[in-house]
Amino acid sequence: MLTIAGRKFRSRLFGGTGKFSSPEVMKEALAASGCEMVTVALRRIDLNNPADDIMSVLDRDRYLFLPNTSGARDAGEAIRLARLARASGGGEWLKLEVTPDPRTLLPDPIETFKATEELVKEGFKVLPYMNADPILALRLQDAGAVAVMPLGSPIGTNQGVLTRFQIEIIIAQAQVPVIVDAGLGAPSHVAEAMEMGADAVLVNTAIAVAGDPVRMARAFAMAVEAGRIAYESGLGAVSKDAAPSSPEDGLGFLR
Amino acid sequence: MQAAISRATEAEVLQALRSDRPGLNGLAALLSPAAEPHLGAMAKRSTAITSQRFGRTMQVYAPVYLSSFCANRCVYCGFSADNTITRRVLTIAEAESEAMILHRRGFSHLLLVSGEAPAKLGVDYLEELALRLRDRFAALSIEVQPLATEEYARLFQAGITSVAVYQETYDRAVYKQVHLGGRKADFDYRLETPARVAEAGMREVGIGALLGLADWRAEGLALGQHLAWLRRHYWRTGLTVSFPRMRPAQGEFKPLQPVSERNLSQMIFALRIFDPDVGLYLSTREEARFRDGMIGLGPTRYSAGSCTAPGGYGLENAGGEQFEVGDNRSLAEVSAAIQKKGFDPVRKDWDAVFQAKGDRQQAA
Repeated sequence: MLTIAGRKFRSRLFGGTGKFSSPEVMKEALAASGCEMVTVALRRIDLNNPADDIMSVLDRDRYLFLPNTSGARDAGEAIRLARLARASGGGEWLKLEVTPDPRTLLPDPIETFKATEELVKEGFKVLPYMNADPILALRLQDAGAVAVMPLGSPIGTNQGVLTRFQIEIIIAQAQVPVIVDAGLGAPSHVAEAMEMGADAVLVNTAIAVAGDPVRMARAFAMAVEAGRIAYESGLGAVSKDAAPSSPEDGLGFLR
Repeated sequence: MQAAISRATEAEVLQALRSDRPGLNGLAALLSPAAEPHLGAMAKRSTAITSQRFGRTMQVYAPVYLSSFCANRCVYCGFSADNTITRRVLTIAEAESEAMILHRRGFSHLLLVSGEAPAKLGVDYLEELALRLRDRFAALSIEVQPLATEEYARLFQAGITSVAVYQETYDRAVYKQVHLGGRKADFDYRLETPARVAEAGMREVGIGALLGLADWRAEGLALGQHLAWLRRHYWRTGLTVSFPRMRPAQGEFKPLQPVSERNLSQMIFALRIFDPDVGLYLSTREEARFRDGMIGLGPTRYSAGSCTAPGGYGLENAGGEQFEVGDNRSLAEVSAAIQKKGFDPVRKDWDAVFQAKGDRQQAA
């Protein structure tokens, strides 16, 4: 079972709350995904309003609520948002997003690192969204991040695990869970990430904008499970040469 | 510019429709007459890009008109200094009360609008109003006279997040013809304003052309060039485009070059395909039927329940209107129309907490 900062998760699929056609569709899709951790943009919700359209449909007993700092363009903004979230009852879990370029929404490694250091000191459980840079993953881990969230490809692009080579290194080196986040557009993409040994994946756009978000959520859940089982079962090595089915062909002379 | 558009071929249109980054040449093709037979394909592509980038959502906001005084003489505008209308500038308390009416109606994104008369309504006024409103609204934008970089920086500190300043027309000759006097008659000063906004650190800058003044195809290409230039120079700044199409206003000005709904939709699709990330506004200048039809096809921000007269929401003796709106529906009605199309009307997509209060050190 996946453990992050002492908390156990049966599902290795994490959900998001953006881009859905309605709060009701979001609720149903999240239920179908079986996820237990859901990220919510602090900019989108009103934590002080019990009737908030997103928060009022999310069952806090069922889902661990992972506020994110989407929209923050530097460490200072992310830190302010985090403090506000905690003060308003948002808890200490935080998906740290620092994305100064509103076009690509790629994470700023320097500001992300600074904010991680500060927020860890303040007692937050920080899960930083980061580019797939193995050294940065180690630095964030050393700074106290409880997991790292490298991107598969730029957010919302559905391009899959374009950073495969880097993510393999991160998985091999990291002591904290590795959650592949962003750009996972199809169940086959998440299966790929899970087969590589990712501890979990986070999927939002591909489910939210699907023709049938609820069925798509189920498809992603199945792919995560398939990929994980394959990883645990030990996948065969990939080879350019055909593997003979009688492996001792040509060795008949041996006594 | 017009040449690039008029020589575009059907092959170039199809190429632009296939491309992930059609560039300015692709934009010219998509704005050209050669693209007209492909309006359906453009709509599909624009829809797919919009859904991918923005999801099944539509942000809703409302304008608050603060003042109808204007020192400019623009032949198309109801607020033009040449017109004899009842002028009014709201006191800060009145402006606050108008804003709070919108707050109670469910709005949390406001656009503060005024005519361009710095002597009647300047930076001090906007700063004080922003400070009063900032904790009660998620995002405050302004559409007022062009300001200096330092003035924008002050307003950013006070809680203003974005600034819209429309060039009206990128055609210098037409610009001169319709802007008869006032500071606005200076084409270059206005053109350089979005860069000053970005320079000052604002989150977002909005540009636009008033459709009906010059050739809309050329305006579309100029908007694309302006966007591309701003992206290159100010990569941290979010960009938006508005498509105000001329409405009847006091003064009986008739559009010099009428723009049809088909033209307007082609322009919106073209800019969406050119720039997948730009926020696109479609205001209540347009009729409900057209706005409902365009939900999901490209625009990402709709105003609702708008009144274009200062004091128009709750005060007696509201001033004259800037223009007559085409869609009179309330926020609830517009939201219902958005939901009916399978989209989520988003009232809050920002938070006052992003901006440090006054103390710059806090952000470091």
